[in-house]
Amino acid sequence: MAEERSIKSDDYKSAKVEEIETDILLIGGGMACCGAAFEAKRWIGNDDIKVTLVDKAAMDRSGAVAQGLSAINTYLGTDRTPSDYARMVANDLMGITRDDLCYDVGRHVNDSVHLFEEWGLPIWKQKGDEGKKLADGGKPVRSGKWQIMISGESYKVIVAEASKKALGMDNIYERVFIVKLLLDAKEENRIAGAVGFSTREHKIYIFKCKAALVACGGAVNIFRPRSTGEGMGRAWYAVWNAGSTYTMAAWVGAEMTMMENRFVPARFKDGYGPVGAWFLLFKSKATNALGESYMETNKEMLKDYPPYGLAAVPASCLRNHLMLKEMKEGRGPIWMDTPTAMQNSFKTMDKKQQKELESEAWEDFLDMTIGQAGLWACMNVQPEQTASELMPTEPYLLGSHSGCAGLWVCGPEDIAPEHYKWEYKGVVYNRMTTVNGLFTAGDGVGASGHKFSSGSHTEGRITAKNMVKFIQNNKDFTPTLKESKEDLVDIVYAPFKLYEEHKNYTTDPMINPNYIRPRMYMFRLNKLMDEYVAGTSTYYITSGKMLERGLELLTMLIEDGEKLAANDLHDLLRCWENYHRAWTAEAHLRHIMFREETRYPGFYYRADHPKLDEENWKVFVNSKYDPEKKSWELKKVKHIDIVPKPS
Amino acid sequence: MPTFVRTDKCDGCKGQDKTACMYICPNDLMTLNKDIMKGVNQEPDACWECYSCVKICPQQAIEARPYADFAPLGGAVQPLRGTDSIMWTIKFRDGGVKRFKFPIRTTPEGSIEPYAGKPEAGDINDQRLFTQAGQEVATNIE
Repeated sequence: MAEERSIKSDDYKSAKVEEIETDILLIGGGMACCGAAFEAKRWIGNDDIKVTLVDKAAMDRSGAVAQGLSAINTYLGTDRTPSDYARMVANDLMGITRDDLCYDVGRHVNDSVHLFEEWGLPIWKQKGDEGKKLADGGKPVRSGKWQIMISGESYKVIVAEASKKALGMDNIYERVFIVKLLLDAKEENRIAGAVGFSTREHKIYIFKCKAALVACGGAVNIFRPRSTGEGMGRAWYAVWNAGSTYTMAAWVGAEMTMMENRFVPARFKDGYGPVGAWFLLFKSKATNALGESYMETNKEMLKDYPPYGLAAVPASCLRNHLMLKEMKEGRGPIWMDTPTAMQNSFKTMDKKQQKELESEAWEDFLDMTIGQAGLWACMNVQPEQTASELMPTEPYLLGSHSGCAGLWVCGPEDIAPEHYKWEYKGVVYNRMTTVNGLFTAGDGVGASGHKFSSGSHTEGRITAKNMVKFIQNNKDFTPTLKESKEDLVDIVYAPFKLYEEHKNYTTDPMINPNYIRPRMYMFRLNKLMDEYVAGTSTYYITSGKMLERGLELLTMLIEDGEKLAANDLHDLLRCWENYHRAWTAEAHLRHIMFREETRYPGFYYRADHPKLDEENWKVFVNSKYDPEKKSWELKKVKHIDIVPKPS
Repeated sequence: MPTFVRTDKCDGCKGQDKTACMYICPNDLMTLNKDIMKGVNQEPDACWECYSCVKICPQQAIEARPYADFAPLGGAVQPLRGTDSIMWTIKFRDGGVKRFKFPIRTTPEGSIEPYAGKPEAGDINDQRLFTQAGQEVATNIE
């Protein structure tokens, strides 16, 4: 449909360049940056500190919460403690998490949830407490120990409204895609800005800043998805999350942690609708084709993974591990037995209550995964009568859901042990990466999953306060970019230039030996990651040798990144996204290669190191890309339990 | 379930420089075909079916057709989003219809005053968020 796109590559040479100076640059417009915008402005008060937010989409519907949500998955209320929370996160992520960071989210997260309710988010309450706010002691409908149910169709619209008002639209750039962070020319290892482009007009944006928050979500469509036709868009996580957070931070030398971690959610097959409320609220069970509850019949397998398999709720990857056994031994399909659950509930309900329950079941999808409701409609599924298939999806990289890939950040001064925190000119800055002035939050922070929407907003707020402190303590700093304006324009628009040079060589500009189109680039990445790096086609199995081969192919793909060509602005967006994806994939591959054990059975298996190895590998794996030497370095980093854990 | 634009209903947002669907699509999919002055989903296989365009379209010209590579034909889900609630109509392949209405917001659109009644910022060097002025922030490990 290229002919219907309006902004072609050919007039890129007349592009405008806008240079903007700011103090704080927020890159991303999701929950984390919304939290940051709200918090930062209050700490700044009347101080002369400018905050600028850049979003590649429109804030009302950007980020992973764009579609809405049917639950807030992290709310402690008064009956859970931050220590309990840090313990739960650690168990779900097989022991290797940063207790300091998790605890820090846990102790603040209620506050953000109370704000959401104040701003207008409908939160379900227990009978008798309808109309009573959480902050006033109203009791939520909990779908699980940590989760509360909401009518969250407009969750993001509401949260964005507060942040837009806090910041003012003059300080917000929508439809501008940041593609590279920029280091300072004078001070080593110091962030000084970022460059990006408008997806609406031929215009390059160069931002100079004293501190930046990179929070552009996780990474989707790294691996070949199970649906490779039209359904490719029905990714479980937000399909526009392209690994930009990880790649852009890696390019400036930020240390990453636990990039071997991934999330493979077991979801309703194809539509990828949420299962949490079905398991926890409606008390539904998953079975194999014989009607057996495989969590029961296979529970011996959990004993191989103490203590993570023995907790009341075994780690997410282990639940997949038990499901995969059924699939591999021919006892699939796997079913979510919704009829039994609903019929059980119906027994004690009158007709009106039964209708309400049915409505709640549909709302769970309609609030956050509308396509699953559509699929049910197409299959004539009525959940009280018909069971639905479950399936583990393709792998995703993220740091806010049941995953902990991300950047290595400084912890909170009061509870972080020595090697979880460091100083810049004598001061500790919570959530600062190893690049001075570069912060992250949400999916960007490694080794601390289970933040979800509320925790990401909270973490954005924590980060923003520390960014303001950073600016106030370093007022004498003036950012100086290494690259000239012309250099930056050449870098950002390189795919246009290549396309224009060669497009007339062939009669069909889609097929040309001089360049690769972003779509095929992504398919090449998806295929190799799937086949060599433990995707769905090998049942998530890889080995050292497979990874070596995968890295050879990936290295050539990354080399070919210089040959990406774009014929319009939408294509340019896809070129940069897919280039970001490829680099994030490399970090993932290298981490899996380095960790010689199987830490996350059910998410991936090292066939050559099939066991969990607590003695040698209960450590973080951290990596760093050296932008000068153009090489990766990986190392083990000691893990400390701050919060006591079962052994 | 990629979205599609109905020819009979789309008015191209009356020739404004940006249409509502182009403005809102999180994945930059919606574009304006200037020959016919109507919206088009330019990359249906990158559509997350988030329905942002469907919900925002002032002409209700956008619908979704379930993903053709796995969904049997005939089902449809269509919302009508108001200021405080959303109405859903679900049409099943077998002709059945269900309707649901859910609240979406308890306050008027645009009414949020982020700092009204909130404390001033406290000590930048402690662990409190500004809304937690005067509150204890947990440090006990148990």
